[in-house]
Amino acid sequence: MKGLFVSPSPHRAADNSTAKIMLMVIIALIPAAMAGCVFFGPRAALVMSVCIVSCVVFEALCRIIMKKEQTVSDLSAIVTGLLLGMNLPASVPVYVAVIGSFVAIVIVKQLFGGIGQNFANPAIAARIVLMLSFTSYMSNNWVVPYWYSDVVDAKTGATPLAAEWLTYTENGAAYKMAPFTLGEMFFGETGGCIGETCAAALIVGGIFLIIVRVISPATPVAFIGSFALLTFLYTGSGVETLYGVLAGGLLIGAFFMATDYATTPLTAKGKIIFGIGCGVITFVIRTFGSYPEGVSFSILIMNLLTPYIDRLTRTVPFGAKKAERSGN
Amino acid sequence: MNKLNGIKLRHDKGTKDCETADFPLPKSVVVPMSQHMGAPCGCIVKKGDTVKVGQKIGDTDAFMSAPIHSPVSGTVTDITDFLLANGASCEAVIIESDGEQTVCPDIAPPEITDSQSLIAAVRESGLTGLGGAGFPTHIKLNYDAVKTPVDTLIINAAECEPYITSDYREMLESPTDVIEGILMVQKYLGIPLCKLCIEDNKPEAISLMKSKTEDLKSIDVVTLRSSYPQGAEKVIVYSATGRIVAEGELPIHQGVIVMNVSTVASIYRYSRTGMPLVSRRITVAGDAVAKNAGNYFVPIGTRVSEILEYCGASDAKKVLYGGPMMGICLYDTEQPIIKNNNAILAFKEGKMPETTACIRCGKCVRTCPFNLMPVAIENAYKANDVEELKRLKVMLCMNCGCCSYACPAHRPLAEINQLAKALIPRK
Repeated sequence: MKGLFVSPSPHRAADNSTAKIMLMVIIALIPAAMAGCVFFGPRAALVMSVCIVSCVVFEALCRIIMKKEQTVSDLSAIVTGLLLGMNLPASVPVYVAVIGSFVAIVIVKQLFGGIGQNFANPAIAARIVLMLSFTSYMSNNWVVPYWYSDVVDAKTGATPLAAEWLTYTENGAAYKMAPFTLGEMFFGETGGCIGETCAAALIVGGIFLIIVRVISPATPVAFIGSFALLTFLYTGSGVETLYGVLAGGLLIGAFFMATDYATTPLTAKGKIIFGIGCGVITFVIRTFGSYPEGVSFSILIMNLLTPYIDRLTRTVPFGAKKAERSGN
Repeated sequence: MNKLNGIKLRHDKGTKDCETADFPLPKSVVVPMSQHMGAPCGCIVKKGDTVKVGQKIGDTDAFMSAPIHSPVSGTVTDITDFLLANGASCEAVIIESDGEQTVCPDIAPPEITDSQSLIAAVRESGLTGLGGAGFPTHIKLNYDAVKTPVDTLIINAAECEPYITSDYREMLESPTDVIEGILMVQKYLGIPLCKLCIEDNKPEAISLMKSKTEDLKSIDVVTLRSSYPQGAEKVIVYSATGRIVAEGELPIHQGVIVMNVSTVASIYRYSRTGMPLVSRRITVAGDAVAKNAGNYFVPIGTRVSEILEYCGASDAKKVLYGGPMMGICLYDTEQPIIKNNNAILAFKEGKMPETTACIRCGKCVRTCPFNLMPVAIENAYKANDVEELKRLKVMLCMNCGCCSYACPAHRPLAEINQLAKALIPRK
């Protein structure tokens, strides 16, 4: 009998693929993206759509120009576009969103070889480039939730991290009051980027990814845990700690950006180191830096350290003996 | 004790209730002179000779070898060069059966009185490991009890590969042979304890073996978690005893011998009958098997094409010796059954999913039972970095295939590990 297939073992493969993993990430992001649309209106949907479409187009064009196999169907460009859109304020001009997509896909991802080869998270790098290049669009014009419904020009206000805490004295004691309640923070009725404000939706999405085993809980737990611990030690206030955890990009960063496969360490030990590094840097920037937010920078810095963390956290093979010293 | 990494596989053991039947006697058989790792045998018959069942037809003085016997009675019609499925070539004896199955008159039960006579008898039986690797059994038993004392005999009945049920049927159909075989090995080699290790997906075998060994203090039936590759030698040693067979070591260095359950039963049968290993039990299964899937006693040398025809699988696109995780593809179904084949699997679909770029998900690292880093090994292999490959301990890879199986990008990581091993110069 001829015409038999011959291949090396194993002859069975798990029912999984890059596209399936990316689809899980997209599903996990949908609740937070929807919450963004509810709070910030149709413009939020427009920004996210522009990011997704432009990311996919840039990805397809890059692969064509570089004469490489087409990778649009792995859905990774959609994930990048969605994450980027969720990391922009709803008021950002469309051309800024397109520039962000260009930076993410062309410069950060494809110029380094495409999926799996990039050294930094494309959405994070693009957000930082936009933040430095279009600072006014990216940091002052925060749309306030629900204002789109009654006025043409969206009202703007400060984000939870930029807003001043109110101080007042009562019976001779000084109190601090948060500009937003923890309830508002948890459900996302605050100013901020489209996808980062609704903590509840982000936590649901993150837990979903942990349950379907797309991400390991090591990174988010280490990231959020180390940040919370440092904040609590510094402020001594449980409310301020919780406020800090719920504010800004910490949750979206910890669950969706610090868990990116290509740009974070391989082993569990490495992921914990990565998470702790992110938590510490975020705390330092938020507390002592001139930027109100430090999540993107912390992840970018740890992305750069990933090859070193990988080298330091190699697994110890079962029954391995220490290498003999070379030379004798 | 930490559990080793591994994967959960669909068991597909649909043939587990199929009682073993005798496969129809083939008209002619192809008996290769190399059926296991180690030295091939030299052919000791010539074209035109008549042979009887159990007559020795191949032997050698080489240490790492076991003799080969005729599985049928009939006439040697040819002795040819033969290309085996693993890529090696050797002599093969082609015997036309006379249909009589006349037993060789020399066949008589061996006299076994001590360890040396046991080892000599096992060598004469032509027995090799029946579980898959096919290590000549007498070599495993012939150890230096002073240098490497053995306190535990591990009987491997994990059968962790999907589809295969031949060891399971051995336990259900001949539990006495299994236990008597174990007791013989323990008695003559002076091994105080035996651990008979069975995966928990075979509860009938576990309860049967437990009830049969109730009064035997020296045999301990151990239930192992069903997880692939539980039956790999180093894995089962660790699971059963907690001992780590380190880099460059054999189980004997940790005071254990690992034997397959069908192998140990065969030792007992040989001691009773003197009939060497001329046929064995195989499982025939797979989605291309249209009828008669099950377990069969098949003469060694039976062509796989005859088995496929009997089981309605002649249109299969992929045919394997052994299980789907570590089995070898047949390039041609004129290949014969040899001593270490425990299954013939036939599938309708042969293509594996397309390979895409590595996304560094780390699944290969998390599934490797030995904590290797296939993703790093692949990069070092591509860079031809031999020093790095040594640091990554690629030589420890047993080619279980967990990494390739788990990879969402379907990269052939297990294959790359084997290619990478070849780059490392042997001492």
